[in-house]
Amino acid sequence: MIPQILASEEIVHATTGGWLAQWAWLIVVVPFAAMLAIIFFGKRMPREGGEIAVGAMGFVFVYAAVLLILNITQGVVYEHSIQVAQIGSVTVEWGWVVDGLSTMMYFVVGTLSFLVFTYALGYMKGDVRVTWFFAAFTFFAGSMLVLVSAPNLIQLIVGWEGVGIASYLLIGHYWEQKENSSAGMKAFYTNKVADIGLIIGAIILGTAVGSFRYSSILDAATANAAVLRPVAVLGGVLLFIGAMGKSAQFPFHVWLPDAMAGPTPVSSLMHAATMVTAGVYLIARMYPLYAGMAADMRVLIVVIGTITLLIAGLLAIVQDDLKRVLAYSTVSQLGYMVAALGAGGYTAGLFHLWTHAFFKGLLFLTAGSVIHAVHSNNMSDMGGLRKKMPVTFWSFTSATLALVAIIPFAGFFSKDEILATLGQNGYRAAMWVGILGAFITAFYMGRAMFLTFFGTYKGDAHVHESPAVMAVPMAILGVAALVAGWVNIPGIYEGFHEWVGVRAITFPSFAPEAFDVPVMLTGLGFALAGLIIAYFFYYADADTQVARDRVRIPVLWPFLEHKYYLDDLYLAMLVNPIKGPIARAVDWSNSYIIDGVVNGAGVLARLISRFVYGDLDQKGIDLAVNTAAIVTGSAGGRVRRLQTGKVQQYAAMTLVGVALLVIAIVIFT
Amino acid sequence: MTLVQYLILGALMFSLGVYGLLIRRNAVMVLLAIELMLNAVNLNLIAFEAALRTSFAGGQVFAIFVISVAAAEVGIGLAIVLLIFRNRRSANVDELDLMRW
Repeated sequence: MIPQILASEEIVHATTGGWLAQWAWLIVVVPFAAMLAIIFFGKRMPREGGEIAVGAMGFVFVYAAVLLILNITQGVVYEHSIQVAQIGSVTVEWGWVVDGLSTMMYFVVGTLSFLVFTYALGYMKGDVRVTWFFAAFTFFAGSMLVLVSAPNLIQLIVGWEGVGIASYLLIGHYWEQKENSSAGMKAFYTNKVADIGLIIGAIILGTAVGSFRYSSILDAATANAAVLRPVAVLGGVLLFIGAMGKSAQFPFHVWLPDAMAGPTPVSSLMHAATMVTAGVYLIARMYPLYAGMAADMRVLIVVIGTITLLIAGLLAIVQDDLKRVLAYSTVSQLGYMVAALGAGGYTAGLFHLWTHAFFKGLLFLTAGSVIHAVHSNNMSDMGGLRKKMPVTFWSFTSATLALVAIIPFAGFFSKDEILATLGQNGYRAAMWVGILGAFITAFYMGRAMFLTFFGTYKGDAHVHESPAVMAVPMAILGVAALVAGWVNIPGIYEGFHEWVGVRAITFPSFAPEAFDVPVMLTGLGFALAGLIIAYFFYYADADTQVARDRVRIPVLWPFLEHKYYLDDLYLAMLVNPIKGPIARAVDWSNSYIIDGVVNGAGVLARLISRFVYGDLDQKGIDLAVNTAAIVTGSAGGRVRRLQTGKVQQYAAMTLVGVALLVIAIVIFT
Repeated sequence: MTLVQYLILGALMFSLGVYGLLIRRNAVMVLLAIELMLNAVNLNLIAFEAALRTSFAGGQVFAIFVISVAAAEVGIGLAIVLLIFRNRRSANVDELDLMRW
């Protein structure tokens, strides 16, 4: 343990956290124990296992909250590893890290999971496979905690893949419909392609340094070690490819909107606290590498993040499905986070992750509440829900204002900090794209809000407010969407910066992001402008909203509606070639080789069994046995005729026998 | 008289008994033939006793045993024959096949 952590020029004092940190492995183990309990006992519980899941997440939430307070008051750095296996010179370890970064993530995952799981108790009531759902959902959160608690790259990959498989299961929850299971597969495959980068990168860095522990790799990175120098940039790029897949960065973003096929609580947790934040977390965890030896590739990270935030924001404008608007919004916000981390804004990126978790989780919960009420995902079937669903409406408003970055809501502080970082660290173009992105964000969120909650109701369902089990988590998050940003106000209170700064690894450059008033005002102005324009487009004729597509720009609109034709491109360039010849070859080999072998084995087995039964058993063994019985029987039948019952015959035979004996004795003696 | 002459007489008597046993149909005559065989044996026992002149007179004792056992046997045998005759109205041995298969 390093009790003193150098953050910029200041010395941050930290403790090892005592038994609270030593027992932090419970955060990971309890969800998995809960998952097993749900699988074995869930069906017999009154809520079909949901209460076990909520209880486990409540435990994680409380433990994480205590750790967070401990970190705020004292600063905690603790790391423990248990050796699991030794393969040659490679040591496989399982452990847990409690430092500023992981504690922040524990808290985000714990809080969001607890609230979303509670919400899911109401949302999933009467659903098919509730027990199955909660088991997979608990596994989802537990895998994310494995990923976050990992002190080495191997454990990170274990959690990473666990999150991937859980998302596959959950996105495909309603697998009776083909498109849902296809969406699950799409998420899984897209991630799998990117995961290859992560795994190769981990192997390169791990073998170069000789250890898969972050602390070893990052110590080597900060010390500018000679062994790491040739592969640092390559390893950094490969790890970033993995992060691009999980965090849905361009061009791997295609899976995230389709992931809406799962139940809404899944979308909420996936977009807020698990899965998509994994990539951002990985970049943040490996930040000393990117800040130091792999600094050359930071431009790449900024460019990818900036492209992502722009193109996803544009796509959100044309969506009619409420959840898809939010999904593209998430992709866009992830672009902000990645761009910030690339530009050197360690705190800014994580701060946006933190605030985004609360308001985006909430946006999905409210969307779920709306969908639950109107039985449609399409915003054309909504409208006028403001009066009928007050809790949902006010929660949605709070989250929208946070996402649009209106002062004093949470998103304002984090997005402003990202823009300021981009500007100050010399990425002026990216900053302007970010400001444009703020405008786009405001526009599509204003559109979603006006179409959903204002005007007249256009559907035909009986609309009602959601039950308390769903409304209370929304209300809590509604407050959080307001206050979550107040933990880091540059120049006034920089708590968040200090929390995530407490780490065992020295940062080469880790300065608190400065305050930039002109940028802040510009961003705020663009956001307000976006809201106002959306108001004119979508609220001015709120009663009918028939003309809401009048902004349909001839070339741009179809282009956006087809998602830049990226899916078609992937289909044409990757999926179909693979599906065509490769699938055909696999099918051929299956039909002719594997099936041939199997059928041949079947035929052979039948022949053998026929021989065994017909020839060996019936004609061999049975015949021998029966023949023995028949011979014995007929022999007995003949021999018994000797038993005439005539005493004199017996006497004669005795006499003959005695005579023969006498003769024999006489001859042989 | 020498031992051999006694033995020849015993053998003749035994053979006569065997002949009677196998040939006679009347059960009473069969029992009679058995008596003849037993007495042939007795004759041999006595003859050997007299010839060997043993001190404990085993042959004579055995002969008396045989006589007493033969008497008991004939008693039982005659009882069986009487019962069979009462049931079957015949005492012919070749008609008695109750023990056959």
